[in-house]
Amino acid sequence: MNYLKIFFNGLIKENPTFVLLLGMCPTLATTTSAINGLSMGLATMFVLICSNVAISSIKKLTPDMVRIPVFVVVIAAFVTILQLMMQAYVPSINKALGIYIPLIVVNCIILGRAEAFACKNGPIESLIDGLGIGSGFTIALTILGSVRELLGAGSIFGFNIYPETYNILLFVLPPGAFITLGFLIAIVNKIKRA
Amino acid sequence: MEYLLIFITAVFVNNIVLSQFLGICPFLGVSKKIETSLGMGAAVAFVLTLSTIVTYLLQKLVLNPFNLQYLQTLAFILVIAALVQMVEIILKKTSPALYQALGIYLPLITTNCCVLGVAILVIQKDYSLLQSVVYAFSTAIGFALALTVFAGIREQLSMVNIPKGMQGMSIVLVTAGLLSLAFMGFSGVDGGLHALFGLK
Repeated sequence: MNYLKIFFNGLIKENPTFVLLLGMCPTLATTTSAINGLSMGLATMFVLICSNVAISSIKKLTPDMVRIPVFVVVIAAFVTILQLMMQAYVPSINKALGIYIPLIVVNCIILGRAEAFACKNGPIESLIDGLGIGSGFTIALTILGSVRELLGAGSIFGFNIYPETYNILLFVLPPGAFITLGFLIAIVNKIKRA
Repeated sequence: MEYLLIFITAVFVNNIVLSQFLGICPFLGVSKKIETSLGMGAAVAFVLTLSTIVTYLLQKLVLNPFNLQYLQTLAFILVIAALVQMVEIILKKTSPALYQALGIYLPLITTNCCVLGVAILVIQKDYSLLQSVVYAFSTAIGFALALTVFAGIREQLSMVNIPKGMQGMSIVLVTAGLLSLAFMGFSGVDGGLHALFGLK
């Protein structure tokens, strides 16, 4: 029951993208299509879960003074592992996401969860928290990616929905990212108030 | 001429915030007033240029000769974090006035992804040291420009009535989108300049 609460807290109540507005750089940059958004979300989720578990396991060994550098090194280590795995197994996605994979290190969601949750709770709770926040981020990125791909390229996950003539190219370009996220947040605000 | 091209491209055509999405957090966070955004811009320009020199040398003198390229992310973020701390301590001792002006922004810069982003980008683009420095500095100018213009718009925005659902971050993001659209007007300028000066 408690675990379920932690999971849904991360997924909905503290959704990193729509509610807390953290980790905006990859959110805006990599959501040119649904598949890119989904892969970025999963990549971040992997690092988040690993770092949450690792940090909550070593929380008694880390002196309070140097806690932030320790967290950053742990996160950077997992990002390096992720980078090497992606280069080996999914080179095309790795190429599409480019520089935003190493930049997961400076994603404020991960350091934020380490600081706000993992260093105060046990490894299992931190695992669930990573899963919740990670899924919240992944779902948000997939929605954003789908909307942009639908409006900008007329397809979702590569499946064509309407012909090319009606595409609004703006939505796959940088301004479209800001505008789409702006309107999605407005919709979320509206739903929350209702 | 080549350096001027790097400058124009980094400031206007490929603006770090509005077309590459690096440094969005401070862009949205500290753009409520023009003065604070100028302070942030100056702090970023200082740290970004310095950290790019250090990480560039680290890559060329340590990581490459010893085949440790896979440690790039780890090494860079540590160096940047340490550098920001060091700059803070040195500024506090030597130039209290500058520290007063930039002080509160410095700790925020460690997690500003444009610092790590630029450090990695100059390695990927295979720039020389001087090119990297020019690129880093121009990127920071581009960041400061976007931040200041955006702060100006937001100061005006705070005085108008906004529909309920759009209040807060929503309208800010739509505004950023429109600003980004305006900057798209510069696309193609770099290609034209390249052709004009007969560079590749």
